[in-house]
Amino acid sequence: MKYMLMMNTMSAGAGVPPWPKADLQAHIAFMHSVNRDLREAGEWVFAEGLSFPDQARQVRAGRSGVPITDGVFPESKEFLAGFWIVDVDSAERAWAIAARISAAPGPGGAPLNMPIEVRPIMSGPPEEML
Amino acid sequence: MTAGWDAASERLLRELAPQVLGAVARRFRDFASAEDAVQEALLAAFRQWPSEGVPENPRGWLIRVASRRMTDMVRSEAARRERETLATPEEEPALEIEDEIEAEMDPEDTLILLFMCCHPALSASSAIALTLRAVGGLTTAEIANAWLVPEATMAQRISRAKQSIRASGIPLRAPTPQERGERLAAVLHVLYLVFSEGYASSMGAQLQRLDLAHEAIRLTRATRALLPEDGEVAGLLALMLLTDARRGARTGPDGELVPLDRQDRNLWDQAEIAEGTGLLTMALSKGAAGLYQLQAAIAAVHDEAPSAEETDWAQIQALYELLQRVAPSPMVTLNRAIAVAMVQGPARGLEELRALDADQRLRGHYRLDAVRGHLFEKLGDLGQAILHYRAAAAKTTSLPEQRYLMTQAARLCERAGAQEGMGSREQDFQSRLTEDSMSKLR
Repeated sequence: MKYMLMMNTMSAGAGVPPWPKADLQAHIAFMHSVNRDLREAGEWVFAEGLSFPDQARQVRAGRSGVPITDGVFPESKEFLAGFWIVDVDSAERAWAIAARISAAPGPGGAPLNMPIEVRPIMSGPPEEML
Repeated sequence: MTAGWDAASERLLRELAPQVLGAVARRFRDFASAEDAVQEALLAAFRQWPSEGVPENPRGWLIRVASRRMTDMVRSEAARRERETLATPEEEPALEIEDEIEAEMDPEDTLILLFMCCHPALSASSAIALTLRAVGGLTTAEIANAWLVPEATMAQRISRAKQSIRASGIPLRAPTPQERGERLAAVLHVLYLVFSEGYASSMGAQLQRLDLAHEAIRLTRATRALLPEDGEVAGLLALMLLTDARRGARTGPDGELVPLDRQDRNLWDQAEIAEGTGLLTMALSKGAAGLYQLQAAIAAVHDEAPSAEETDWAQIQALYELLQRVAPSPMVTLNRAIAVAMVQGPARGLEELRALDADQRLRGHYRLDAVRGHLFEKLGDLGQAILHYRAAAAKTTSLPEQRYLMTQAARLCERAGAQEGMGSREQDFQSRLTEDSMSKLR
């Protein structure tokens, strides 16, 4: 069963966090180790980080389909910072991975306990219907 | 070299794979390395045979390539040990062993492999991947593609499955008579899971994926050839054939689900139905019917009905009652309730479903809501039917099924609107429901 794990940053427009170098490196190393372990476990499908929110544009179709883009949205509280797609045996396993990511080290090595949204991907087999 | 490359040669290659692996693994007493070596031999065959032709002795060819790879591995391992210990070089492993291996071929080998790959100590996903590669003769890339995961991920899953086998010390031998029942059940369960995954991959536009349903049928056929007397193996094969027979009618032109009662029965594969019922009749004559035989019997009742209206629901109800005794589960109770509804009316069916509300195993499962939606519709309670269809749509993890359930709800909304001309408050409620469920879904 495939799941998408979505990591949200708490604050929009905050820019790059002003962490000490050692803390930043520990955080990056942690993310590498998560990806490595998922690969070794045979659970990794896909993962990407997303650019900072100030690169984001909200696009809508205008009249005759011409794209209308909108800039940053400072009112939004959360932004998707990155995501993983994993293929695991159970929802519990997907939650365990999410909990590990959530506890990624932040300033001073303290766990960030970020909210990670976990959603099943719609690729399950349908069952015989009536 | 003989004739060129076609579907038959590809089939031959896959059929030879477990035989070669069984013999090589037994010879070198190392399943994990032998499995890698045979995979490399298969890849070499896939590269060379289409252009160079299928060798006169394809099995001998595979054994030769795989055992060379094995001796290479043994040698480099010996060299490594030598470097580490500075000991005197060990005696070279015998090179001329291919003929001996071929002489030792034993059909029982494939069965032993199957029991090992489906060992209950492995997780379902590991067992499936390992079985398809080691027994099915599929390449890692093909298996990865069938599951839509990267090849490296599938390779890692297979390698970890082999590590678990090594770590738990599972011996490469047939299970003891005491273990046999449980171990065979595990094998059949893995084959069943492969088949039901194939059911998903045959939906809609995913035609590029390997046909797992057909792979499962092929492997179950091979298992039956090894255990011709077993009623449950025959039952599982019958169940697969009787279900696969409806494949052509199960989806519409855009990949949408077509439920059983609206399928064009002319599209059902009569050859598969005949084979499935034949197998089932034979298996049932041999004694107490097991889980798969009963499910196959239910599929056969559907397949034999000339139209949905002529389905013998009383017989289906009786079969579900037997199934409830042999393998009780909330899903069986659920399906039995449908049969009860068809025989004694939807109100009785809904009553049966009430027993399931307390069952933790079904809590939050879309199918309970989907069946309720269906039965409320039959009862003429469109409001309840719509609510349950929508609840089911919000819970399923299958996209075609979600679209089907949402379409049912939409169809009933239109019918309800046309029937009584809904009041504006009701319409507001309906549109709010739709928006609400849409925002949850997408």
